[in-house]
Amino acid sequence: MEILPILRSLRRNRVGAVLIGLQITLTLAIVCNCVSIIQQHLQQMRRPSGIDEANIFSFWNGWLGDPTDPAARVQGDLAALRALPGVIDAVATNSFPLHGGGSSWDLSIKPEKNHRKATSALYYVDQHALAAYGLKLTAGRWFRADEVGELRTDEDKFPATIVITQHLAEQLFPAGNALGRLVYFTTKEDIQGAQASLIVGIIQTAQTPFAGSSWGESFLENSTFVPFQYLDKSGVVYVVRTRAGQQATVMRIAQDKLYGLRNRRVIQALRPFSFIRHQAYLGERATSVMLEAVCALLLTITAFGVIGLTMYWVNQRRRYIGMRRALGARRLDILKYFHTENLLIAGTGCALGIALGLWGNAWLAVSLELTRMSAAFIGGGALMVLGLCQAAVLWPALRAASIPPALATRAM
Amino acid sequence: MLDYHLELALRNLRRNLVLTTLMIVAVGVGIGASMTMLTTLVAMSSDPIPDKSSQLFVPQMDSFGEGSKEHNSNWIPRQLPYRDAVALMKMQPDARQASMYPIGLNVKPARGAPFPAAGRATGADFFSMFEVPFRSGAPWGRRADDDRDNAVVLSSRLADRVFPGVEAVGKTINLGKRDYRVTGVIGSWNPLPRFYDEQAYAWSSDGEDFFIPFSIAIERQIQTLDYGCDATSLPPDWTGRLNSDCAWVQLWLELPQAGQVRTFTTNLQNYAAEQQRLGRFQWLPLVTLRDVPQWLAHVGAIPSEVRINSIIASGFLIVCLINAVGLMLAKFSSRAVELSVRRALGASRVDLFMQCLTETFLIGLSGGLLGLALTAAGLSAVRALRGIEPADTARVHLASLDMQMVAITFAVAIITTVCSGLYPAWRASRVQPGWQLKAQ
Repeated sequence: MEILPILRSLRRNRVGAVLIGLQITLTLAIVCNCVSIIQQHLQQMRRPSGIDEANIFSFWNGWLGDPTDPAARVQGDLAALRALPGVIDAVATNSFPLHGGGSSWDLSIKPEKNHRKATSALYYVDQHALAAYGLKLTAGRWFRADEVGELRTDEDKFPATIVITQHLAEQLFPAGNALGRLVYFTTKEDIQGAQASLIVGIIQTAQTPFAGSSWGESFLENSTFVPFQYLDKSGVVYVVRTRAGQQATVMRIAQDKLYGLRNRRVIQALRPFSFIRHQAYLGERATSVMLEAVCALLLTITAFGVIGLTMYWVNQRRRYIGMRRALGARRLDILKYFHTENLLIAGTGCALGIALGLWGNAWLAVSLELTRMSAAFIGGGALMVLGLCQAAVLWPALRAASIPPALATRAM
Repeated sequence: MLDYHLELALRNLRRNLVLTTLMIVAVGVGIGASMTMLTTLVAMSSDPIPDKSSQLFVPQMDSFGEGSKEHNSNWIPRQLPYRDAVALMKMQPDARQASMYPIGLNVKPARGAPFPAAGRATGADFFSMFEVPFRSGAPWGRRADDDRDNAVVLSSRLADRVFPGVEAVGKTINLGKRDYRVTGVIGSWNPLPRFYDEQAYAWSSDGEDFFIPFSIAIERQIQTLDYGCDATSLPPDWTGRLNSDCAWVQLWLELPQAGQVRTFTTNLQNYAAEQQRLGRFQWLPLVTLRDVPQWLAHVGAIPSEVRINSIIASGFLIVCLINAVGLMLAKFSSRAVELSVRRALGASRVDLFMQCLTETFLIGLSGGLLGLALTAAGLSAVRALRGIEPADTARVHLASLDMQMVAITFAVAIITTVCSGLYPAWRASRVQPGWQLKAQ
């Protein structure tokens, strides 16, 4: 196919060609960046929390009045919950992965200030939590019953033993020998005679309660399990893990069971974990859907733009096309002409779009902490846009090819 | 002449229905998508207190020193230590000002179970400074601040819950096992973002349900919900907390005159320098005085995502308009013959130009109408996606059209389509009648 005559004819239709090219440039740049934002969100939403998500539900339990025996009450509730048919185990705690609220602390490997440290979420749990959360222990052991102390509100107390996640272990001890080592709960001042906590076990994965919020991203998988029975005056969170398929049934009976045990209480936010996950990533999901809609609309509009403008060119050149046909050009030649013309325009648009897209991505990488997209990614995007334009040009090109050669003689 | 243009335009638009529909849809979709995102941005970045935002100030002082450097050089505690807030307030006794901190207390109604409620300990000036409307009663007076009165101002929601069907003003309410006398009930007031709070970036619509004097909250040793320091560096006893460098009090001042701002800034700098001289700090504490817009930018009230969405939306609108220009070119030039006939019959170039622009205007108008419908649909989709309940009026406002946005949407639709029609109309009006007619 000769390109020169096409270029010469394009020079006469500069404005239209520039408009379509510009449109393709912007479309490619916007769509690629949108898709990379969407991918990042989807990837964030897919990260496993480390717990048995399908079979866990939770609720908040608050006491009315000021109970003098919170520990006994919690133990009574837990015994009742664990005895329910279909329940694997249950635990009373301050929080769980993706919950939203929880506590965090800086851990250090030396008692003095300014030593390597890492921020970690704290989960106050007992000996049942391994089964109740459905966590995977990769090294060491879980807490024994005799290790579990009590922690009341406003108490500053540090545990003798802890279990941490693999990720936190690697951050504190890059050499990889975290098990059996000591860590310190750091405070602002030097810790004089600070109590060290012994790492007795390593958990494969356990996300923090702050997963899904932007500030939680920096220590997403840094979690520490602390063997304290959590006894907050305002209330505690119960986490219950059921056997597969039993969750709905257990959720129905659990509340009545506890109210039957003692009715001076408030039970709130009784929810399956799937709901918690949905809530935690509400913003990400909303943005993803919005951007998907924008991409789909943008591609549709651009395709229609290509169709519209090519139609216009075809109409403009009806007589010339007729002439070419009369001089021996086949239908295929006419078809090829318009496809090549479109390829030239769209190709230029895509080349500029790749540049603009990468520039936009570099800016997004700073302001949204987005991972840079690869050249292959945006190249693939460009190929797809080219394909879309070629498909869009097919209909007008077919119309052009069907112009009868007789038109040339008739019009003259 | 105008009605002739209009009549011809309508006739023309009807003649090529497919192309016309395509153009209206392109404009409408572009307007719809971009206005959906822009509405969210405008609502989120609108001034929560427009007539006063440049007169309200929040002072900050770096009471952390070394500790601040762990974050970054720009970092400065968002709150003040109690003692500094008190000292700074004494410098301009005549200005409106209030120290404040968020609190949570259990409400014990006459009947029924107690329940937790969120509130704020603050000064009498809070209400006049932030223009809080009152449904009944009034704020407590400055005297109450000095006398540590057990006054309380309730939200309508809490007043209606605790005193259903009766006037709450004058009644006594039990909060955190202590009695408070209701002096007023505020009307509907829910500024978003909640700019006066340290966590202004949290776009939560759950505002405070009660306000009590700062002085009585301190006397009754009511804890803040938001200590701005490590729990371990916080002294266990109340007097210790009041004297510590832990920053947990926020101070807002109303300084309507530039002179007052200068004086206060100087006072603030002198105060910081004096604290260093007294040996309390090893460093010269950095101080800042920010007004409402600066404060909102400082706490990052508008998520960067919203801004990026708006850029994407603008890009989208531009693509739709380029598209419209292309389609309009196609449309007008396919009518070269008709326009030539009109030229030959004596119509001037201006006539043809105006004729084409009238058509563009009609397309812009229809596109605007469609865009408005799509914006409304888009915003309700945004509300559904973000999980905003219809009853949550404050947050619904963040994703809904008001008259102003409707007007803007229309203006944007018409101005942009007419602008994008200028070049195609100009080209069409330059038609060469002789050449065109001969070619036929």
